[in-house]
Amino acid sequence: MNNAYVLVLCMALATMLVRFLPFLLFHDEKSTPAYIMYLGKVLPGAVIGMLVVYCLRDTVITAFPWGIPEIAASAAVIILQAKTHRSLLSILSGTLTYMLLIHLL
Amino acid sequence: MQNNTIRRALIRSLPVMAGYIVLGTGFGILMQKNGYGIVLSAAMSILIYAGSLQYVGVSLLASGASVLTTILTSLIINARHIFYGISMIGQYKNAGRKKPYLIFSLTDETYSILCDGSAEQEEDPDAFRFYLSLFNQSYWVIGTVFGALLGSVIPFSTAGIEFSMTALFIASFTEQWTTSSDHFPALCGLFSTLLCLLVFGSGNFLIPSMILITLILTLYRKKGGKNYE
Repeated sequence: MNNAYVLVLCMALATMLVRFLPFLLFHDEKSTPAYIMYLGKVLPGAVIGMLVVYCLRDTVITAFPWGIPEIAASAAVIILQAKTHRSLLSILSGTLTYMLLIHLL
Repeated sequence: MQNNTIRRALIRSLPVMAGYIVLGTGFGILMQKNGYGIVLSAAMSILIYAGSLQYVGVSLLASGASVLTTILTSLIINARHIFYGISMIGQYKNAGRKKPYLIFSLTDETYSILCDGSAEQEEDPDAFRFYLSLFNQSYWVIGTVFGALLGSVIPFSTAGIEFSMTALFIASFTEQWTTSSDHFPALCGLFSTLLCLLVFGSGNFLIPSMILITLILTLYRKKGGKNYE
């Protein structure tokens, strides 16, 4: 439990660092290096891809249930999000699909 | 005058309320399910106040991640906040004593509302921004506490609720995909991480993934990412 508080502190400080850094370093958009601006545009997309893999890292494909709950629930999220653009709807539907499938299988 | 500003900030924050309360509740339940209490959950929502990181944070805590992994993961997940900050330098210039909290509480949703011009129309834009930010965080914290309390009294099985985090990121990924013209960064993130997962295993692949992603995107800029300049 001690370690939990240490990790939470790390997350808090790292997040604060990232939020306050631009106000400490740069005076405006013009004085920010082009490379930094570029990273700002491309990193968000890449990081979300990384997070998706991170969440699914322990999915078991080679044995029962062969990743069926994950695949089905993920498909539900993708389809609903692409069609309705309603995050809450797709998140809730995907989660319920997953919970239902691991309960049934 | 002050009451009107607060009222308008409240109204402007309502679209965020539903999302933050639901996701905050999900976070609280997830924490409770992993054996963490209300105090730690609330502390995270008050001190960190970053949804994606908090959700990933539950996994980091539960798997006993190292300090280094935690810090680097926090930095890369929240790296985009650097750019929110850069674009708010002008808006926050005259905020005085409210400035530290304004900077601290700049989340994706708060940022998008502050970029749509509502604040500039106010007589006291800084107060408007401050109260808007405060309302948004309060929804997040309320949801967290509610979820942490709820987690222990839910009569039915909540097995599988941790998928809400996966669903959150898949929804974000899909939304990003449908609205972006260049899919290379997203694919880079996906496949670099997958590769590192296979090579390093599920306990050690995050740091290599971040390094590989940054490397590839840096090379991409030289080879073909000119459309970002």
